[in-house]
Amino acid sequence: MKKTILAILMVLPTLASAAGGAHLDKVDYDLHNKESLQHGAKLFVNYCLSCHSAAYQRYNRMAEDIGLTEAQVKSNLMFAAEKTGETMTVALQTEDAKTMFGTKVPDLSVIARARGADWLYTYLRTFHTDESRPFGVNNATFKDVGMPHVLWELEGMKKLINADELQKHPGAAPKFEKISDGKMSAVEYDNAMRDLTAFLVYVGEPAKLVRYELGVWVIFFLVILFLVAYPMKKEFWKDIH
Amino acid sequence: MEMLMNALKGLLGWVDARFPATKLWEEHLSKYYAPKNFNFWYFFGSLALLVLVIQVVTGIFLTMHYKPDATLAFASVEYIMRDVNWGWLIRYMHSTGASAFFIVVYLHMFRGLMYGSFKKPRELIWLFGMFIFLALMAEAFMGYLLPWGQMSYWGAQVIVNLFGAIPFVGEELSIWIRGDYVISDATLNRFFAFHVAAVPLVIIGLVVAHIIALHEVGSNNPDGVEIKKNKGADGIPLDGIPFHPYYTVKDIVGVVVFLMFFAAIMFFGPEMGGYFLEHANFVPADPLKTPEHIAPVWYFTPFYTMLRAVPDPFLGVVAMGAGVVVLAFLPWLDQNPIKSVRYRSALHKLNLALFVAVFVFLGYLGVKSPEPVLSELGLRFSEVYFVFFYVLWFHSKSRDAKFSFMSLIVWVGLFSLNDVARYVEGAGELMMIGWLIPAVYLAVMFLAPLYTNLNAEKAVPERVTG
Amino acid sequence: MTDGVDNNKRRFLTIAATTAVASVGAVGAAVPFIASWNPSARAKAAGAPVEADFSKLQPGQMMRVEWRGKPVWIVRRTEQNLKDLASLTDSLRDPESTLHTKGQPSYAANETRAIKAEYAILVGICTHLGCSPTYRPELAPADLGEKWRGGFFCPCHGSRFDLAGRVYKNVPAPTNLEVPKHMYLSETRVMIGVDEGAA
Repeated sequence: MKKTILAILMVLPTLASAAGGAHLDKVDYDLHNKESLQHGAKLFVNYCLSCHSAAYQRYNRMAEDIGLTEAQVKSNLMFAAEKTGETMTVALQTEDAKTMFGTKVPDLSVIARARGADWLYTYLRTFHTDESRPFGVNNATFKDVGMPHVLWELEGMKKLINADELQKHPGAAPKFEKISDGKMSAVEYDNAMRDLTAFLVYVGEPAKLVRYELGVWVIFFLVILFLVAYPMKKEFWKDIH
Repeated sequence: MEMLMNALKGLLGWVDARFPATKLWEEHLSKYYAPKNFNFWYFFGSLALLVLVIQVVTGIFLTMHYKPDATLAFASVEYIMRDVNWGWLIRYMHSTGASAFFIVVYLHMFRGLMYGSFKKPRELIWLFGMFIFLALMAEAFMGYLLPWGQMSYWGAQVIVNLFGAIPFVGEELSIWIRGDYVISDATLNRFFAFHVAAVPLVIIGLVVAHIIALHEVGSNNPDGVEIKKNKGADGIPLDGIPFHPYYTVKDIVGVVVFLMFFAAIMFFGPEMGGYFLEHANFVPADPLKTPEHIAPVWYFTPFYTMLRAVPDPFLGVVAMGAGVVVLAFLPWLDQNPIKSVRYRSALHKLNLALFVAVFVFLGYLGVKSPEPVLSELGLRFSEVYFVFFYVLWFHSKSRDAKFSFMSLIVWVGLFSLNDVARYVEGAGELMMIGWLIPAVYLAVMFLAPLYTNLNAEKAVPERVTG
Repeated sequence: MTDGVDNNKRRFLTIAATTAVASVGAVGAAVPFIASWNPSARAKAAGAPVEADFSKLQPGQMMRVEWRGKPVWIVRRTEQNLKDLASLTDSLRDPESTLHTKGQPSYAANETRAIKAEYAILVGICTHLGCSPTYRPELAPADLGEKWRGGFFCPCHGSRFDLAGRVYKNVPAPTNLEVPKHMYLSETRVMIGVDEGAA
């Protein structure tokens, strides 16, 4: 009896947080940091865009939003398109992807909205070796994912050392041991992934950049409207009682 | 100047001879006498009308860019969000408006419940309102399929399959609704037609009927006093004031405050943490894979919990439908002559407060995965939800000890019988603790009048207060 | 006086007759509209059988094939899985698949619900409300409890099925998962949607 009461009581607080799921690291990104977005864009076109598309994102819109000229984008960030008005599509065909990775390669236009920034940031940093998988790597956040660790030359390779713990407690934080170094230090890699995440968040909703600013103005306007509408109500209601 | 005024008057006269413009204006606004003591809760009627207008206008503009085609729908929504000038704003207005509609309507309904606005002679107003609520649910459900994301798809799959649970004709019926063996392009097309044309027409028609019925009998008020019983020599209710200009200027203030909240959500958090726009709906519909956590949009979740509380699919559907329909019977269930909660007993106030808490908690359970403890709570609070309506009837007048105890024994007995029927080894403890929820609720509601003075009611004043 | 009665009667008859005939017309006019909702010729034609090659499927793995817009699963069961199936009988609602046989091929009515015990071929749609359950092959995971011996868990309403698609007791789903008609074309190829009976 006690146990059950305890079980109910223990469930209640966890109700507030999203139940279940893998451990996620918080990412602290800044959409107004153009440098960070540009770095993210560079990583994206170099490492992601060969397989993943962002088929709703236009190059010229991106240029404008992250503070680059169209010429800069054309010469540095555009490998798969002719005109800057095009969207970020890839040459890889769905059928080829199925044979290569065993699944469709998802479009990344709105991935940040589907998964959340924290998830992306954590996912990009939890690849580890796993001989049982086709590409020799697995991911602690997205188990048995079809994607290889395309960023290994930057991060290096690492090994998961608490697989047993994760099996028992899926919410526990994965622990790793470096087995080979990449071009970046751990801190540099984390920052790079933060930038890539920031870029994906931007791509998920380009309007986000103007939304907040406009919102402040709209609410400011409504406050003014209130300041004239309320005295009007007062004025009329003087007649009553 | 004078000439212009005279010309306008002449024009109005010309129109009035052909169309009752002035008559309508007077009947519904300038000479519609509303009680002078409306409070905060009386904003939500006009706000519901405002949201309806927002939804219709934004909806029309979204239709200009949206493509109701399974292969194009998802992309066309993203096209609106990115490529259409201000498309994101219009779309967020529409998506925020959908949730705002239900918030406003739920508060509006609660107002009716609190002040007895459904009671004689306003039963029909309440019924028209219930039909609006039903139509609104259909409208929201069909609209949610249109973005063609994972939640759109699987939500529609589950709800349409609910019809499949009906004995004998269910299977055929759900195929007929879908127009296919699974949710497909055919389903999307017909839902689009309903969402943009058929259901809005029905809603607007019902809203007109709702308002005509209201203006026929006159508005209720927080004191539950009929202002038409106290008329002055001129035939105007002593406690009545013309809707226009007094309530129009007041409602304008309400509208501005409401729009502040609306804008705050729309601009700073249109997803509302995944409750207004669900995360999984940013993944295109995949008929082969159900998302790991699937839950309907928040406004359906209380009823969804009732569906899940009953293991048998058909009875689950019946429970869910009954959860909505039972509200329509309120005018005949709560027969207490006192309308307003202000003069009802402390016990009744507690009962209403518990009902709101239970409804919110049911909604909360509906977005959670069906783990054993939560399923048990879902069943128990569903039981409380339904028996609340009996309690409402029970509190219509004072009951003797025999009837009170009989009520308690019968209801608790029914719940216990259900528990015996669903007992499986190992679930006993959870069941026993859960059993306490309806049992304690009913014991308090049935027995408190016998042993305490919590049931004492106050005298209703002759005229409105304040 | 009699004239008036006659008149009333005649009026009533004319109204009744007109109403009756008009009602027939209204019903008749409604038929095409209502019938237009039924699956179109195109939707009906989309139900052709599909072929699946599962030569690369490892023991314990599952693959999905699309048939009639629905997911069909092919699961390659391990030796252990097959042993576990036998041990589950008491916790299942319909272990021999004898209760609901409508539309189910005869080879689905046994413990493994398969032509070849190693391969389970199932329509991946929950018999409760049509979600597609998640493949959960692991033994006794934290969220599904110690008694879990691999199977399918429906995320919508918590229905549970074992690795033969047999439904557990006390879950919302009323019946076992459907087995589609199918026939083996070779050791590693199967045709879904038809079987020898139809050929």
